[in-house]
Amino acid sequence: MSLDAKKVARIARLARIGLSDDEVQTYQKDMEGIIDWVEQLNEVDITDVPPMVGTGLATARLRDDVVTDGERRDDVLSNAPEREGPFFTVPKVVE
Amino acid sequence: MSSYRITGETGEWEIVVGMEVHAQVVSQSKLFSGAATEYGGEPNTQVSLVDAGFPGMLPVLNKECVAQAIRTGLGLRAQVNKYSRFDRKNYFYADLPTGYQISQFEHPIIGEGKVEIELSEGEKRIIGVTRLHLEQDAGKSIHDQDPTRSFIDLNRAGVALMEIVSEPDIRSPEEAGAYLRKLRQILRYLGTCDGNMEEGSMRADVNVSVRPVGEEGYRTRCEIKNLNSVRYVMQAIEIEAERQITIWEEGETVDQETRLFDHVKGETRTMRSKDDAHDYRYFPDPDLLPLELEQSWIDELNAALPELPEDKRARLEKDYGVSQYESGVLTAEQSIADFYEDVARGADARLATNWMLGDFFAALNRTGRSIEDSPVSAQGLRELLGLISDSTINGKIAKEVLEDMVETGDSASAIVDRKGLRQVTDSSAIEATVQGILDANADKVAEYKSGKDKLFGFFVGQTMKAMKGKANPAMVNEVLKKLLSA
Repeated sequence: MSLDAKKVARIARLARIGLSDDEVQTYQKDMEGIIDWVEQLNEVDITDVPPMVGTGLATARLRDDVVTDGERRDDVLSNAPEREGPFFTVPKVVE
Repeated sequence: MSSYRITGETGEWEIVVGMEVHAQVVSQSKLFSGAATEYGGEPNTQVSLVDAGFPGMLPVLNKECVAQAIRTGLGLRAQVNKYSRFDRKNYFYADLPTGYQISQFEHPIIGEGKVEIELSEGEKRIIGVTRLHLEQDAGKSIHDQDPTRSFIDLNRAGVALMEIVSEPDIRSPEEAGAYLRKLRQILRYLGTCDGNMEEGSMRADVNVSVRPVGEEGYRTRCEIKNLNSVRYVMQAIEIEAERQITIWEEGETVDQETRLFDHVKGETRTMRSKDDAHDYRYFPDPDLLPLELEQSWIDELNAALPELPEDKRARLEKDYGVSQYESGVLTAEQSIADFYEDVARGADARLATNWMLGDFFAALNRTGRSIEDSPVSAQGLRELLGLISDSTINGKIAKEVLEDMVETGDSASAIVDRKGLRQVTDSSAIEATVQGILDANADKVAEYKSGKDKLFGFFVGQTMKAMKGKANPAMVNEVLKKLLSA
């Protein structure tokens, strides 16, 4: 499968990763290699096999509706690159 | 069939509307973490490391949130899917710490259902529900605190939402409003969402398209995001439909896009175009196993479901002989229906209905109180009605007593005693007064006897006035008739 430069740039943008034109070329080649390798899986006929999303051996565990966490603002904010009082702050985002 | 039509330059247009309603689930803790959901906490205090998207944190599903979704599905007469699954919806935004929202894309917990709406002329319509799924809410961005920065509060991040998606069955702003109100009523009855739109517990995205009357199929739609009141939903649909009609009639085409409604300017405007549309790259969340439900649990929840608005209406009509209009008003809120039944069960049902809908509601309005903090209790109102039924007081005096009850909080009988309002049922006292009135108005008596029947009301009024309103009205009528025909 071929992956054009435009698609690589789009994937990078969706992931919020800035790439230079040179880097786009590098990653285009790397990603094509990965996709080609994974594409070997297409050789297997899976017409009647439903998509597998787990082992099928277990289902979701449920917890009781009890407040057991929170009131730990300092922990929550500890890795914030920037904060203001009780808030995280980020460059202004307005849609 | 209601037919909402917009007349354009080229002819008549109809609108096609579908809605996505986001309803916050009533629960103590969040969908996947043990942090509290309570509204209005100090910023970032109701946040666990799961909600903040710290590396290595694992989500664990809240059982009550699942139960609430099932209850809602049952209340919407919808299919409950025994197998459902959680997917990651990937997008980048400052108030979404993980970079994805956990939602249900391919396998929602609830499938097709329906909502019956009632329009102004009592006309009913069914609006199809496509699906309901569970998902996480995002945090809150605050943009007005700083010129260059946005502040982020994650208290709401991870709170459970139900997204309820309707079929494109809605054909007028009125229907959209009725649908949202009905949905809110059902959720409130079920106790699965508090329906508080001011606090953001319910928000709607509206998909609008237009087409010439008689055209089959749908034209391009636009989605208007984040409407937080019934009024805004109705206004936004009307304004957006006008905009689209103008575009089509100018020979242009409507672009599929996401728009915002500005209620101050009364317009919708582009938020993002299709080119810019999100690519969510959904995939099954590897941190969460599929959700499989036991039929026995669904049955258990179904058996414990509260009486729904429609069922309650039918029962009130049957048990208390109220009209369709009256049952609609009395069941608008569960608390009103409970209050009504509390009054009507121990009183004359007709009297209870008239007083609830009349003087009692008027008193609530006047004092700005709700049924929950009513100045008069159900027992208090029932006692008052009892005094009317057993002829202790008449209806007119009862109005005065109710006003006093609202003001002082005293019981009806205490007020009647304090003010000496007990109805006069002593026929000789009434006869004496009536005779006095007739003697003093001999000219009017003569006119009455020569055919001026209307004067009867005058005599009643004079008698009541003389007896300070306390005479039994039926007895006054009787005595008057007797003496006037003598």
